[in-house]
Amino acid sequence: MNSSLRSALRAAICGLALAVGLSPGAAPAADDKLRIGVILPLSGVFSNEGRQYEQGIAAYQKLHGKTVAGLSVEIITRDDQGPGSGDLARRLTQELILREKVDAIIGYSFTPNAMSTASLLSEAKRPAIIVNAATSIITERSPYFVRVSWTLPQSAATLGDWAAKNGIKTVYTMVSDYAPGIDAETWFTKAFVAGGGKVAGSVRTPITSMEYAPYLQRVIEAKPDALFAFNPGGDVSVAFMKATRERNLAGAGIKLLVTGDVVEDNSLPLIGDGLDGVISAHHYQLGIATAENERFIKAYKDIAGADATPNFRAVQAYDAMDLLYKAVVKTGGKTDAEGLLAAMKGMTLASPRGAITIDAQTRDIVQDVYIRRGEKIDGRWQNRSFDTYKAVADPGKTPR
Amino acid sequence: MTLLKDSGLAVGPGMRLPISGATTLLFAALIASGFLFPNHFALATQILVLMIFALSYDLLQGHAGIVSLGHAVFLGLGAYSSAILARAGLTDPLLGLAVGAAVPALIALVLSPIVVRGNDFTRLLVTLGVASLVYEAANRLRDLTGGADGLSDFEVAPLLGLFAFDFEGRTGFIYALATFFLVYLALWRVTNSPFGMALRGIRENARRMPAIGSPVARHLAVAYLLSGAVAGIAGALLAQTSRFASLDMLGFERSAEIVMVVTLGGNGHLAGVGIGAAAFGVVKDALSTVSPRYWQLGLGIVLMASVFLARGGIGGIIERLSRRRQP
Amino acid sequence: MSNVIAIIMDGVAYGMLLFLSAVGLSVTLGLMRFINLAHGAFAMGGGYLAVVLVDAGLPFLLSLPIVFLAIGAAGIAIERAGIRHLYRRTALEQVLFSIGLALALGALANLVFGPQQQAIQIPSLLSGRVTVLGLEIARYRLFLIGMGAATAITLVCLFEYTLFGARIRAAVDNRRAAEGIGIQVERLFAVTFGLGAGLAGLGGALSVEMLGLDPAFALKYLTILLMVVAIGGAGSIAGSLQAALVLGTVDALFKYFLPEAGGFVIFGLLVAVLLVRPSGLRGRAA
Repeated sequence: MNSSLRSALRAAICGLALAVGLSPGAAPAADDKLRIGVILPLSGVFSNEGRQYEQGIAAYQKLHGKTVAGLSVEIITRDDQGPGSGDLARRLTQELILREKVDAIIGYSFTPNAMSTASLLSEAKRPAIIVNAATSIITERSPYFVRVSWTLPQSAATLGDWAAKNGIKTVYTMVSDYAPGIDAETWFTKAFVAGGGKVAGSVRTPITSMEYAPYLQRVIEAKPDALFAFNPGGDVSVAFMKATRERNLAGAGIKLLVTGDVVEDNSLPLIGDGLDGVISAHHYQLGIATAENERFIKAYKDIAGADATPNFRAVQAYDAMDLLYKAVVKTGGKTDAEGLLAAMKGMTLASPRGAITIDAQTRDIVQDVYIRRGEKIDGRWQNRSFDTYKAVADPGKTPR
Repeated sequence: MTLLKDSGLAVGPGMRLPISGATTLLFAALIASGFLFPNHFALATQILVLMIFALSYDLLQGHAGIVSLGHAVFLGLGAYSSAILARAGLTDPLLGLAVGAAVPALIALVLSPIVVRGNDFTRLLVTLGVASLVYEAANRLRDLTGGADGLSDFEVAPLLGLFAFDFEGRTGFIYALATFFLVYLALWRVTNSPFGMALRGIRENARRMPAIGSPVARHLAVAYLLSGAVAGIAGALLAQTSRFASLDMLGFERSAEIVMVVTLGGNGHLAGVGIGAAAFGVVKDALSTVSPRYWQLGLGIVLMASVFLARGGIGGIIERLSRRRQP
Repeated sequence: MSNVIAIIMDGVAYGMLLFLSAVGLSVTLGLMRFINLAHGAFAMGGGYLAVVLVDAGLPFLLSLPIVFLAIGAAGIAIERAGIRHLYRRTALEQVLFSIGLALALGALANLVFGPQQQAIQIPSLLSGRVTVLGLEIARYRLFLIGMGAATAITLVCLFEYTLFGARIRAAVDNRRAAEGIGIQVERLFAVTFGLGAGLAGLGGALSVEMLGLDPAFALKYLTILLMVVAIGGAGSIAGSLQAALVLGTVDALFKYFLPEAGGFVIFGLLVAVLLVRPSGLRGRAA
């Protein structure tokens, strides 16, 4: 209150116009705390995603504690309400930096929300670890972005390459009609055609469409070897996957290829036998046999309940925390932005998904991409990995 | 305050001053908020944008009695116009504001004949439909609008060539505050002019107005044009101060929200609508800070309670209070 | 040709789902002049109740009448507690109250059930595909068509040929006169509101298999339901049926023949119909 009063007095003296010139600055508080601002979709249509990240963060803290390098960790969480609110995400970021004096941001499930904050982060000089937003260009918009999740080209191009090399000659593409969908279509097609494949046809579907039967009828009549599909996950993807079963795509001799987020682990019980034989490319599935994954799943279930299933989003948030913790350890407890960024660049982590690296130049993630097939294992539908593309960098980065 | 009074007097004799107690309070609170909460410039700016947007919609719903579930179209068009202009290198904020007002005003003029047919329910749905078509078109015009990723790669030049838009949001706040005052006074003048009376006549009885020689269609077209322009100003402000424009700015959620905000504020009561929008913004922010997951529960309860506890909205309360004071 | 018929049948089934969810809204809006934006929340409630009942071991088909009655009773309770005070208030106040109710109920569902998608176990009788008259169709879609048709017929009979229907029509046309001849309008409105809520619950329970269920359901499908009511004409059972079937089939046919039209189709249809007929296909003139 005191400082507000003081600044009120100062501003009154200087007058409205003069006040414009005065900036108190937004230096992080120098004390023995590591303050992390967390921005996630926690209400509305995408609150399910938000909950996964929250639980991933909690699982990490359960395993690794709430202090790091002598600093006690404080997490301040805000709700950015989903993809339709870039201006809100930007304001929340600004407030977390200015008011809560956070040292770093972890968050942004959606591309527009990350994009809207780029110039702000550059001005405020505060690092932000992207917990999901998967459009390639984001990390080029601000040198303070570090991405620990994935990029859409990473999955889509890998899958296109795999399809071309594994006897699939013609593909029909079906993507949701919005920017990430176009990305998926573009990168899959690029890799698939480069490998000698042919596109038999393509269709873009409204982003909220829940009825896919007529589209699938078109695909079946075009008789391609395979259908490549991308849609925004959640209920839309479940409806799509169910429809492919109902329309019996497999019975028509058409393989189904999807990016891994369409068949994420959390929604497999809902998709059911729609998963049978579906090929997907992704950076995480429950069945990954690493000690880190085992520990992660156990910690997650301790937090969220024995019946809860983590998906790639929880893993990404877990890794975001790991990246920040490790960076703070490396700087010896210093939390200045340049130091943290320098520490993160080139860092390799033992993620539940396998080893991941933050590329020192692009600040983007390099990771293995798994090719999986939907199978029923021990009475439960799972994505079983049968092929791995090692250390895949984002193909969407413009070569320097 | 004398300055404000002067501008009120300038409207001419015979008209009520815009400086009612509520208005004075609102203006004073807004200026004070900048001093009292220097770390809240960004929130205050977004609330001012919401207030301007609410005033623009009040011209339709409150004054002319024309409801709409698609008013965010004009907000979004204003945001896109200024953002696209800035991307093309024309980064002056005032120019952006002018173009951000002009484009939606024109579109509003074109749309006005088709969105005033039928009863309230029909209007709500027609405007919803038209807005959804515009939304889909913007989604398709990716090269222009950035599609679902939005537009963020543009600069905004310093205000008047002097004051850069700083990270704290100080310039943005003062810019938005000044714009709000001007819009408020302009709308006060409009709604208290003979034209404003004619609008109210349309709201009370649209069928009888032609009988007394009032050109209803033309009045509504002008109301739409003005409302579109003001909403566009709000949109341009939003895009410039958050350096971002996106599809959702012309989406359904914002359209529905502004119907709630204006109803909460009190139809046709400028000060009430302004205060209502500010209250809505503050309450929503406070609730979502307290409970990022379940704040909609609190908001829902506030909305339900307001119907019973604040009849006629905040404007209604203001009226009752002032009537009690001077019977 | 048989392909096109299959597409149309898919559209009809989808339309029936829309009809089942929207018809209650048409009843409360058209007959009682109450704009109930919490209608989707009642549907959501029906969905959750069905999921809970089926999880507890009750057969899906048996859960449906229970959902109808329970959500109907909840609707009556809410009508008595709050909504009955709003009949004479402005449309916008009704909007404000009911959207507040929808927001609160959605957040409550999030609190109780969590934000994740819910699944419902439907009997094997209703899953898979079946061949009818040489046409292959999913059993669940066939079931939806049957349910929709049965509901439409029941409602038309109820409103056109029973004493209850006659009383409702009398009360709507002239409340004072109806009260004068001894009709208990208050009780009648409560029951009618409950009927609308129960129908919403039924529609919600039937939606889970096709649309999924989460706390956002309360608002996610509100616009499409409003569109059905507006195109059909508020208060008309046959109108809602007609509108839902037109929306379902036109959408399906465009998706098949001209997918490039995408999201423009249904909103274009909405605007076109309302410009030609502002009161909807079967609405009374305003």
